[in-house]
Amino acid sequence: MSARSSTAHSVVEPSSTSKLVASVLVVVYALVTMIPLFWIVVTSLKSPPDSISYPPKIVFTPTIEGYCNLFTNQTRQTPEFLATLPPATTACEKVTRERNMVIVGPSNFTKRFFNSLVIAFGSTALSVFLGTIAAYGFSRFKVPLKDDLLFFILSTRMMPPIAVAIPIYLMYRELGLSDTKIGMILLYTAVNVSLAVWLLKGFIDEIPREYEEAAMIDGYTRLQAFRKVVLPQATTGIVATAIFCMIFAWNEYAFAVLLTSGDAQPAPPFIPTIIGEGGMDWPAVGAGTTLFLIPILVFTILLRKHLLRGITFGAVRK
Amino acid sequence: MTGNHIPDALANRLATATPPKLAARVRGLSDKAIAWLFITPTMILLLAINIFPLIWTIRLSFTNFRANRTNAVVKGIGLDNYTSILTDPDIWAAMQSTAHFVFWTITMQTLIGFTLAYLLDRKFRGHGFWTTIILIPMMLSPAVVGNFWRFLYQPQIGLFNYIISFFTGVDPSSFEMIGSVTLAPWSIIIVDTWMWTPYVMLICLAGLRSIPDYIYEAAEVDRASTWRQFWSITIPMALPFIMLAVLFRGIENFKMFDMVNLLTSGGPGSTTEVASITLKREAFEKWRTGFSSAFAIILFVTVFGLANIYVKALNQVKSR
Repeated sequence: MSARSSTAHSVVEPSSTSKLVASVLVVVYALVTMIPLFWIVVTSLKSPPDSISYPPKIVFTPTIEGYCNLFTNQTRQTPEFLATLPPATTACEKVTRERNMVIVGPSNFTKRFFNSLVIAFGSTALSVFLGTIAAYGFSRFKVPLKDDLLFFILSTRMMPPIAVAIPIYLMYRELGLSDTKIGMILLYTAVNVSLAVWLLKGFIDEIPREYEEAAMIDGYTRLQAFRKVVLPQATTGIVATAIFCMIFAWNEYAFAVLLTSGDAQPAPPFIPTIIGEGGMDWPAVGAGTTLFLIPILVFTILLRKHLLRGITFGAVRK
Repeated sequence: MTGNHIPDALANRLATATPPKLAARVRGLSDKAIAWLFITPTMILLLAINIFPLIWTIRLSFTNFRANRTNAVVKGIGLDNYTSILTDPDIWAAMQSTAHFVFWTITMQTLIGFTLAYLLDRKFRGHGFWTTIILIPMMLSPAVVGNFWRFLYQPQIGLFNYIISFFTGVDPSSFEMIGSVTLAPWSIIIVDTWMWTPYVMLICLAGLRSIPDYIYEAAEVDRASTWRQFWSITIPMALPFIMLAVLFRGIENFKMFDMVNLLTSGGPGSTTEVASITLKREAFEKWRTGFSSAFAIILFVTVFGLANIYVKALNQVKSR
């Protein structure tokens, strides 16, 4: 970047017309590509009849019905029965009463969302821990067959998830790990650790060895130097790696749908199964999708400087 | 790796020059011990959850084992699974769907992604902000978003059909993206392109930014036209990056499962049944564990082999 700005007046600076054309085209693309996401949020605020009207409604009265349906289970009751009930206290109760329904309890969504959180955090913590020490080992020490080991770590990512899922399914059944959060955490850690090692090795390679050497001359052992010199220097890299691992674990679907069914099921296999009366309850699906996507949006914005590195396993650095 | 010897040499020099107690602290745990201590846990985890299952898959692929009938006698049937896969027309149809999907997604993503990167490299005001906006789709869960595209693709009420009919005048209920045999393969290509074009764009952008200005300046001095500069400087110098993006997308899309499973789940019929969907059907619906294990091995060897050949080509382009 700095090299470019120093030649700001050179002949290679794009002309203002080409800049204008470029900006218009890019903005149009960006807006078009945002339409599906915009529609998810809009649908989550519609009532079920509004969501399936033709032509699709842009102007409508927003309602929290979708979110209510997402978080609660409801049953249909007769108006006479509803009349005997005490008046609705919460906003959700009011909305459901209008449709002759009563809330009978919370839905499974909260539990699935919580499972997603536990599995994502657990596997991220574990894979970043393992990844950091392994990356330090590969970065600083002479390891026999180093390149082969690193390639081996990367190649575990080339397996189609379904291919590994067959024996893992059998193995977990034997070990009693099927449909447990621990089983999913271990599995996602194994998938993520390859990314963590490759990314963190890149970050640690960039920290000059001289820092640790100086610390060791001052009387630190190798481990102390690692803890007190290298780790603080690698903080940015560790955080970026952690976010990448988190996003993967949060978004993963293939293993989740094959290896979990109830207790440990995270949100991605659950959201598509939200059904209302007479077909898909699209506002509820939209609500679940919106809530599920918000953390990722935040993380993407936090991570934008390191995105390139993360998605190429550290092969491209800026 | 010469760097490794410097701390050792330093430590030795210090050890001879300083009192024994300090010398022990300088050396601490030996570097070799630390290296193994640090690397082994990761290796054990990968052996347990990747390699051991892989070996198990290879073993199963030579048997008629079915995971839903654990009491049945498991017989070794040699290469029978492999021969029946290679002669199965359904498997070849799945490979063809996969090839169609991989080819078109990569072509469209490379074309659009490179164009966007080229435009963003004009560095107009606010280009950083718009880059971030464009990147959002690729960070989202393919399953959760793929599921929502099912709604956008509804004939009649779906937004996608509405927008198409708005611009072309075609009746929105006259075509079904997911339901029709001819359109369904394109419905998954559109979603994948929507999702992953930013990925190719980001890598291409890094490629374009890596071209030093002085090359363009020299070309200007030589009065090379913009067109000529594009084909003789921009494309060749960005090529390793474009190829890298194609490699990563190729591997990912070859094993594509989640988005397709939720959007079309292979249908209608088996028109969008890409390899991973076939694998899931064989393994977890028909429970032909041995057969699907063999198919899994064939897929893995194919990805691995193609990726290796491709990386060699990539290195040749890089070293040019």
